[in-house]
Amino acid sequence: MAANSNYEKYRSDGSLLGGLLEWVDARFPATSLWKAHLSEYYAPKNFNFWYFFGSIALLVLVIQVVTGIFLVMNYKPDASLNEAGLPVAFASVEYIMREVNGGWIIRYLHSTGASAFFIVIYLHMFRGMLYGSYRKPRELVWVFGTLVFLCLMAEAFMGYLLPWGQMSYWGAQVIVNLFSAIPVIGPDASLVIRGDFVVSDATLNRFFSFHVIAVPLALIGLVVAHILALHEVGSNNPDGVEIKKLKNEKGVPLDGIPFHPYYTIGHDLPAIIIFLFCFCAVVFFFPEGGGYFLEYNNFLPADPMKTPEHIAPVWYFTPFYSMLRAMVWNFFGIDAQFWGVVAMGAGVVILAFLPWLDRSPVKSIRYRGPIFKTLLTIFVIGFLILGYLGTKAPGHKIFDKDWLNGDLIAQIFTVYYFLFFLTMPFWSKIDKCKPVPERVTFK
Amino acid sequence: MKSHVIKLIRRFAATALLVPAMALASGAGKLDKAPVSTDQAALQNGAKLFINYCLNCHGASALRYNQLQKIGLTEEAIRENLLFTGEKTGDMMQISMTRDDAEAWFGTVPPDLSVIARAKASEAGSGADYLYTYLRGFYQDPNRPTGWNNKVFDNVGMPHALWDLQGTQTARKVKATDAHGKETVGIELIAPAKPGRYSTEEYDKAVADLVSFMVWMGEPVAEKRKQIGIYVLIYLAGFYLLAHALGKNYWKDIH
Repeated sequence: MAANSNYEKYRSDGSLLGGLLEWVDARFPATSLWKAHLSEYYAPKNFNFWYFFGSIALLVLVIQVVTGIFLVMNYKPDASLNEAGLPVAFASVEYIMREVNGGWIIRYLHSTGASAFFIVIYLHMFRGMLYGSYRKPRELVWVFGTLVFLCLMAEAFMGYLLPWGQMSYWGAQVIVNLFSAIPVIGPDASLVIRGDFVVSDATLNRFFSFHVIAVPLALIGLVVAHILALHEVGSNNPDGVEIKKLKNEKGVPLDGIPFHPYYTIGHDLPAIIIFLFCFCAVVFFFPEGGGYFLEYNNFLPADPMKTPEHIAPVWYFTPFYSMLRAMVWNFFGIDAQFWGVVAMGAGVVILAFLPWLDRSPVKSIRYRGPIFKTLLTIFVIGFLILGYLGTKAPGHKIFDKDWLNGDLIAQIFTVYYFLFFLTMPFWSKIDKCKPVPERVTFK
Repeated sequence: MKSHVIKLIRRFAATALLVPAMALASGAGKLDKAPVSTDQAALQNGAKLFINYCLNCHGASALRYNQLQKIGLTEEAIRENLLFTGEKTGDMMQISMTRDDAEAWFGTVPPDLSVIARAKASEAGSGADYLYTYLRGFYQDPNRPTGWNNKVFDNVGMPHALWDLQGTQTARKVKATDAHGKETVGIELIAPAKPGRYSTEEYDKAVADLVSFMVWMGEPVAEKRKQIGIYVLIYLAGFYLLAHALGKNYWKDIH
């Protein structure tokens, strides 16, 4: 028997379209999918500002995929020099900007989209931390989410090589070289990643392949898993109350409302337009984003013989890049560079363990005690400072004090970042929480 | 033999990462604010200067000659006044100097200038500011093979292409303080004893036009982009009002 035979199939009202839907529904779970994920997916009615960013992230994913398809039509992953002496890949980007009809808009949407993706995802993750959205039963939602984040980082890193500018080239050179610090397998691993002894045409081609096929496939698969897991357990909310505990006679949560149309059109659409307004303001008026979205140095073609004075990754990697640079100690006789790589990797991976590190009796910050609020505030400030310092050269000074330079500050906040997570099982348990209401607060 | 080559490459890669090369040295000292114009007469004058003075050694290979129609030149005028060596108006602005010759003559290959105004932006100022200061910063230096040095690009490989316009500037070393309050050596330019074909004001204006053209060339669509942007934002603002009203209407039965 068909797995989906236990739901009510659409019965035609006699119209042509109705007849068509009945025909489809008899062969494909169209109505059941629509109901399960939209019109009868009951979401808590008290979503606030922080709940916009999931939908917006999905929108940005679509923007990136669609613009990416059109960019690939004219982009050429080729590091050889053209007759004017420019790398073909670099020149093809300018070709898109000038000769392809509407090419500039597609390219700016894609380049701005990359930064927008990370802004949105960081806010989306922060929402999870604010309201304990990773707590039981949503552990897998969170774990899939961190995998999405990891994929996104790989996608962005490889995509950044493609314009084949100076920052593309040297950024990739530095990051891939890091892998060679891993004992035993390191040198061969970085060789495999590059496909050569230095970043070269071989690297460009394999990064292109990964960027347009492999990673997006994994990314989309993980996003689907993320949403399926979410819809299996239901959404959390700013009160951290399980709305499924209290249902009416039809089995609908008392505090739940259909996701469609209340959230899709009623709540998310206006937010999406505001997001698009900001997004388009950047695309049309500040596409370089002050040198953060499109780095100035990347308008110089990649030159393996000229190392830029200061190599920094794009802004969205800089918090983790700061953690990498913060490690200057040769623990256990292994080079500090290796521990830097470990810190950078662990900084991302540790997020996945959040559901099991948090032992608080309540989920939402609304009912959490002062310890959590204080530590989370410092955590956010520290993360932002790590990000800021990552864009600067080592030894950068925030204060006019020699002993308190940026390197030391980055080390302090790197240690804090990890201590925040590792000591969470202790302080989250003893924090003085407030009583959680039976139902969501809604005015 | 092969392993030797690999070792060499590895060593090169390692040093390249550790030692920041001086090749891209730039941004020494303060930059003058460039008076960038989008005025067509200024851009046309800039285009003329660019093609006459820059395009001999530097290419602008992302740009076609007939794109100059966008700054108000007719195809006829482009053909008559700006094409010298049998190019067609649909051709890219390329040069005939080979990379090997360039290497031999200047010690380096002159960079393609298509997007140079975008590339030279930094914390010190916009790319236009850099170019404006750079093109007014050449001074005579007998220690250099070309006889020229530059205030913002020390030991530059490029000779002063516009010297017949500006005249020969000299410079003296002065004590200066850097951003951290430490003493360094600064360069103070001395106006040419004998001016070139242009007075100082005329030269500054000519460089401003040239830089304006290079800014335009870096992104010819920039002005159109901003115009379209205004319509896009107005559309979104209107759409928001509708969507907001619609959303409110949906939510009025939720209590």
